[in-house]
Amino acid sequence: MAGSGNAHMRPEHGPLLSVDDMVVEFPVGRRQVVHAVSGLNIDLLPGETLGILGESGCGKSSAGRAIMQEPAPTSGGVRLAGTELTGLKGRSLRRDRAKMQMIMQDPVSSLNPRRKVHDLVSEGLRIWGYDGDDLDGAIRETLTAVGLDPDTVWDRRAHELSGGQCQRVCIARALMMNPDVLICDEPVSALDVSVQAQILNLLERTKETYDLSMIFIAHDVSVVKNISDRVMVLYLGKTCEVLPSTDMQTRALHPYTRTLIASIPGGEEVVAADDPVAGPVADAKPQAATMTELPSPLNPPSGCRFRTRCALATDRCAAEEPQLREVGPGHFIACHEVAAG
Amino acid sequence: MPSDKFRADKTKRTRTLVLGGAMLVVGLALMVFGWSTPTLVLAAKAVLVLGGVALVFQGISRLVVAIRGKRIDLLFTLAMIWLVGLCIVALLAPLLPLGEHNDVAKTLLEPTNMSPKLLTDHPLGTNNQGLDMLSRSIHGARTSLMISLLAVSIGTVVGGSIGVIAGYFRKGTDSVIGIFTNAVLAVPPLILLIALSTFLDPSLRNMAFALSLLTIPSMVRLARANTIAFAQREFVMAARLMGANRFRVMARELVPNVILPVFSMAVVMISALIVAEASLSFLGLGIQQPDPTWGNMVAEGEGGAMEDYPHIVLVPGAFLFLTVFAFNLLGEKAQQRWDTRSAKL
Amino acid sequence: MNQDNDLVLEVRDVRTTFLTPRGPVRAVDGVSMSLRAGETLGIVGESGSGKSVLGRTVMGLVSNSPTTTVTGECLIDGRDVHTLKPNQRRQLWGPEVAMVFQDPMTSLNPVKRVGRHITEALRLHLGVGKKEAHDRAVELLRQVSIPEPVRRMTQYPHELSGGMRQRVVIAMALACDPKLLIADEPTTALDVTVQKQILDLLASLATERNMATILISHDLGAVEGRTDRVAVMYAGRTVETSRTSRVFNNPVHPYADALLASIPRIADDPHTVLRAIDGSPPNMLNPPDGCRFAPRCRFAVDRCREESPELRDLADGTDDTHLGACHFPLLPARQEVG
Repeated sequence: MAGSGNAHMRPEHGPLLSVDDMVVEFPVGRRQVVHAVSGLNIDLLPGETLGILGESGCGKSSAGRAIMQEPAPTSGGVRLAGTELTGLKGRSLRRDRAKMQMIMQDPVSSLNPRRKVHDLVSEGLRIWGYDGDDLDGAIRETLTAVGLDPDTVWDRRAHELSGGQCQRVCIARALMMNPDVLICDEPVSALDVSVQAQILNLLERTKETYDLSMIFIAHDVSVVKNISDRVMVLYLGKTCEVLPSTDMQTRALHPYTRTLIASIPGGEEVVAADDPVAGPVADAKPQAATMTELPSPLNPPSGCRFRTRCALATDRCAAEEPQLREVGPGHFIACHEVAAG
Repeated sequence: MPSDKFRADKTKRTRTLVLGGAMLVVGLALMVFGWSTPTLVLAAKAVLVLGGVALVFQGISRLVVAIRGKRIDLLFTLAMIWLVGLCIVALLAPLLPLGEHNDVAKTLLEPTNMSPKLLTDHPLGTNNQGLDMLSRSIHGARTSLMISLLAVSIGTVVGGSIGVIAGYFRKGTDSVIGIFTNAVLAVPPLILLIALSTFLDPSLRNMAFALSLLTIPSMVRLARANTIAFAQREFVMAARLMGANRFRVMARELVPNVILPVFSMAVVMISALIVAEASLSFLGLGIQQPDPTWGNMVAEGEGGAMEDYPHIVLVPGAFLFLTVFAFNLLGEKAQQRWDTRSAKL
Repeated sequence: MNQDNDLVLEVRDVRTTFLTPRGPVRAVDGVSMSLRAGETLGIVGESGSGKSVLGRTVMGLVSNSPTTTVTGECLIDGRDVHTLKPNQRRQLWGPEVAMVFQDPMTSLNPVKRVGRHITEALRLHLGVGKKEAHDRAVELLRQVSIPEPVRRMTQYPHELSGGMRQRVVIAMALACDPKLLIADEPTTALDVTVQKQILDLLASLATERNMATILISHDLGAVEGRTDRVAVMYAGRTVETSRTSRVFNNPVHPYADALLASIPRIADDPHTVLRAIDGSPPNMLNPPDGCRFAPRCRFAVDRCREESPELRDLADGTDDTHLGACHFPLLPARQEVG
């Protein structure tokens, strides 16, 4: 697609979080506007993990932040458990959106360097005036749940912890708020390779024990596939494909999704194996090299936003924006050219 | 192997010790000779004394390395000893057995314009009214330090808070504050102070207030720049997402981080303010005679007095120089430690 | 290791120590390796493994100074980088060895046009004229697949995308036809789809020019399939090195094995529990005794914590060497692969 539409939405299943036609734009001087997110529809069922996949500049982080209303989207709605968050102000916004918590990319920068671990973790509760005798107990319990030894880390500051430990503290801090939804924005990409698996496993385990729903934003196809139930592929602020993560390797259809898969090791064979479509995308010819990088989000291409890099692009792709359509159970793509399944 | 290394270490240490000691002795000898010899011209004396000082300095550094096995910043240590010592005597000045510093009536019988003689009642000499220079310098330190510390505190608290507010709220608040700080910066500081002195009594409190006006704009800018940088960090976002309101974010997340660079800037500013206060007093716009400040003491050297009695100017001048130098060193250290960005400038 | 005469690089027992205010840090602790013309070596490791410092030490960018000690030998074309005078060392940079860094903007001067970056190197080292330098620079840009090379020559670095900038940096590195190219995390700052293009470009250029290449990366995927041999580093030491396919298919060191197993694979089912490695990489101010990986190793016994294992050949009868530094290597890599 890079197209629009809401065919993939499932209002009948009682989603916990739903995002309706969200648009995020930032003005950047000289009357120009960055089109970070253009008409995004998301729904998240209780207990589900939705993976949002895309390169930098595809709007995935802007989308995550806009869901948290930080900053609020330019237009569109965000409903969390029946409460419309967009338009809320002041205390009610702060209270209602605290039901969602965010884990960010840089774990060290996410912790105030001047504060100690126990203080960091309990901050959320103290913001809301909770300062009971059992606060220490709760901190200990949560720190243990994220795999930290409370006695060791209690009085440490961020610079005395490793990256992985910092990310655990961030997760503990989020859990103290007893959230319904956890939004993870590239939570492992700043971590050492050997530590990434710890955090991924921890997130998966935490989701079960704390009964969370999760939005997992990342650029790594394998990581997203591992942790998600459902994957949404974004390109330049638009949705390309929504598919169950089990189908990621075998049934991904959109040319962009296939480009992403082809760029990981072992991905070429996967893509080349079962579909002629992928061939020309995977080995982009040198003369097409100008077009092999992301166009500017200041002035995105007309029609399908991926057409400038797509091997299948035709005139129709420039003129008409593809809409999401169902091509299989729970599988939607926005592309004019790819035939269903 | 380890014992070899140890022995090598030990001989090296002994060598440093001997060398350091020798340098110290030679340096001291040079200094004393240079100071006391009557046969040489002034320039040659000065060269000898300075060379002696340099040797003594190097000698002590080497001795410290040899004895403690660790390098220390000798200049910094000396500066700190000076500052701490000065603060203590300034604080205790009324209780110390010092000569008269401002009551001319009591010094009618004292010698006037007496040159410094170490082992007399007036080790640093007297001025043209027979007032004791050491006592005046120490009482001058009281005034100078009091005024500059007070001014810096006012400047840090007021400027720092305004800067944090401007940096966090941005938009309208920021522009209004920006216009005000730029307006204050646009007025030449000395002219501003002279203008203020026309309708403010030159009391200690008013001086501090006037001088704090000089510090506020740069404090605002520093605090604002740091606030903007910290406000973009993820931990601020995390606090907001947990539900912290703006005041909590500023007070608990931003201020504790912004305070370090602001504090190190404050130390640097103390020295600038001591100079500013001295300049005002020199011009006769600060604390008035007979109450001593370093500035008005230097001003006593006007009108030919300096040619005849150089100590009238040199004594307060030396106090001023050493103090400003020491505060600058301290400020530089503080910035290296807490404010890496400004330290690189 | 190799006695051949066509060795482009030979590194013998290199140790790089930085004196920091908090104590000495031995970032590289006794690494040896050799590289022949046309050969590609991947160095993989996490942050703090010493892989970048090793690259810079080989290059001579890190050398003896008041705060740094380098021991051992780094022979580039037979000459030890660290015994050369600084100006002799600079003459190596370009015609003998060149480096590509992670962030292309650090290698490019923002106020200099793309063309001048390349022509300056050509004119300085090869002494060619203005016209010829220009023509050669255009040709180099074409070789790194930059479209419209003539127009790009007059552009400034900020006018190019990240991937294009890295291509320019590669063209700069290739300007004097180096015998050895060291690429230190060349794609980490780039987007996934661009990463593949750059890595493939480097691989094909190395083949075309019969150039020895060292590809330093934390990303195992970047190295797999694009290098002849790979060295896995952990806490300043090489823990395993062999032909790339052998290391990836039959790792002998528990660290290499665990690292490979901890990475999610696209072929795995969703929600597969990953085999994580406990703990974090060691603090190099105070590295553990014995085997540096012992505190995180599932198989560690007392001996591992006391005695540091030597790097030894564990190939067990095949032609290839397969070196591993472990007292209890995983099954000897018997099977011939790929």
